[in-house]
Amino acid sequence: MGLLSISSLTKKFGGLVALKQFDLTVEKGEILGIIGPNGSGKTTFFNVLTGMFRADEGTVLLDGTSDNLLDRKTHEIIGMGVARTFQNQRPFSNLSVLQNIMVGGHCRGRSGIFSALLRLPGAGRERRRLEKRAMEVMTIFGDRLISMKDRSAWTLSYANRRRLEIARALASDPKLLLLDEPTAGMNPAESLQLLDNIRHINSTGVTVLVIEHDMNFMKQLCGRLVALDYGEKIVEGSYDTVRNHSRVIEAYLGKD
Amino acid sequence: MNKTRLDDLSGGSQATSGDNFLQQGVMAALAGRLARFSGIGKIALLCVFLMLPLMIQSNYAMRVIIYICLYIVLAMGLNVVMGFTGLLNIGHAAFYATGAYTTAILMKQFGMSFWLTVPAGMTLGVVLGVAIGLPTLRLRDDYLAMVTLGFGQIVYIVANNWMGLTRGPRGIADIPSPFLGWGDWAIPIDSYTAFYYLIFSFVLFTIFACIRVRDSRVGLAWTAIREDEDVAAVMGVNLVLYKTMSFAFSAALGALAGSFFAVFQHFVSPNSFTILESVIIITIPIIGGLGSIPGTIVGAVIMIGLPEIFRAASEYRMVVVGAFMVLMMIFKPEGLFGKKQFQQMYKA
Repeated sequence: MGLLSISSLTKKFGGLVALKQFDLTVEKGEILGIIGPNGSGKTTFFNVLTGMFRADEGTVLLDGTSDNLLDRKTHEIIGMGVARTFQNQRPFSNLSVLQNIMVGGHCRGRSGIFSALLRLPGAGRERRRLEKRAMEVMTIFGDRLISMKDRSAWTLSYANRRRLEIARALASDPKLLLLDEPTAGMNPAESLQLLDNIRHINSTGVTVLVIEHDMNFMKQLCGRLVALDYGEKIVEGSYDTVRNHSRVIEAYLGKD
Repeated sequence: MNKTRLDDLSGGSQATSGDNFLQQGVMAALAGRLARFSGIGKIALLCVFLMLPLMIQSNYAMRVIIYICLYIVLAMGLNVVMGFTGLLNIGHAAFYATGAYTTAILMKQFGMSFWLTVPAGMTLGVVLGVAIGLPTLRLRDDYLAMVTLGFGQIVYIVANNWMGLTRGPRGIADIPSPFLGWGDWAIPIDSYTAFYYLIFSFVLFTIFACIRVRDSRVGLAWTAIREDEDVAAVMGVNLVLYKTMSFAFSAALGALAGSFFAVFQHFVSPNSFTILESVIIITIPIIGGLGSIPGTIVGAVIMIGLPEIFRAASEYRMVVVGAFMVLMMIFKPEGLFGKKQFQQMYKA
């Protein structure tokens, strides 16, 4: 029993089957890569997992509990320990970097409107804790986010927005981090840095699921790969197994 | 942040565009300065406002100032929904009417003290806020706006037709003045000066409430919804709960203004709560800059004060105000105190 066990996950958009009877077990502490051609259902998988789409069928069990993740509401999932970033960068543009990351910690707070109005000490303590956690998370990326912490997110560079999204997800203290094409828009040097960053995050006990097209990046990062095509898992295993598998080559390049 | 960083050469892009002043817009930066005003400065400002009735002799001028204050409370309430949470509400006058009618009916027919009718009105406002919030949460943007428009009309029509409760278009007249204190020590609030102090305390309460909530976990969740509600949900913000909370908080402030309006006018009728009223309230935070508290205050001064100043121009004064609004939207669409928004980077 791993951290995440997914069985017969299915998602249909009308007649299109985006995910078909998808089974997967994610072990605690691993970095698992997901590859596949465009439209193979990778992002749909993340969307279903984080409750943005409703699955048609299947069960997702987190951390050995018997609680199906798919029955939870969208906003409850991050509190259970599954946080994500987005492929098409979606930071809160007009909030500052610090505020963005603090929103990520929202699920770890409890204070409501009355404690805010009366300025109860609990609410203040919570806010300070959240701010401290946000600063902690930013240090993962060295000086890059900290030096920008009061700037609006839209003024950030492409790469920094990616980092910001990762930091925002981490502020929720997740067990499982879902990264959707984290290196898109980064130059090779930045990708290398990100490789170290993700390894560091993983070393703090966060299991990482990563979607990425850059195979060199995946080779260095992931212990295990899963390849998808037309919403089906075609192969699962080490980098070399997957890379040289005939069906993977077929999915990317077509048949002779 | 103007110096170029050397390590960018290997690590790539760290955008260091422009200085803070340009990025925020001049007025927003000024407002920021004002907020950081020293304590003494704030006390001095407070004293000026407290002494205002002593300096101004004209009843007409006092009346205008009281109206400006009333609209500050109304617009601040709307600013919570529109500026913080990003939901368009074209029916804010409904909450205003709720507060006004609650106070009028409870004081007139049940002889309740004004001070009890205020929380009663606010509570009823919250109930209505939740009632409109809950069923409409799945709607977005224009659709939500249509629903709030309808809601405003419903409240107006109910007030106009429920003869038994609201006396319909004849309105409720002779609403008594509130008293401060008990028994022999009761001081009636019936002069412009007294009403000014009453509404001024409401304004202070509203400002404090808005600032506190804005800077809290709740306020942050609201702004996250405004920026991108799907992402906010994925980040753990309960959209149903927080949108309803936003409507309820806004409604409470609207009802507070309504309670004051009832005792100040001594008369309420449905004509004070038409759609035009909602539209005037909407323009205030937009002119001031959505989401900005000083902006909303200045917006109220402009929207309520300007037509009075141009009263000499008689019929043309609304043309002047209209022209002003058109120019505003062309040259400063983010409002006087609004932060430059990210979308405007792509203006042709």
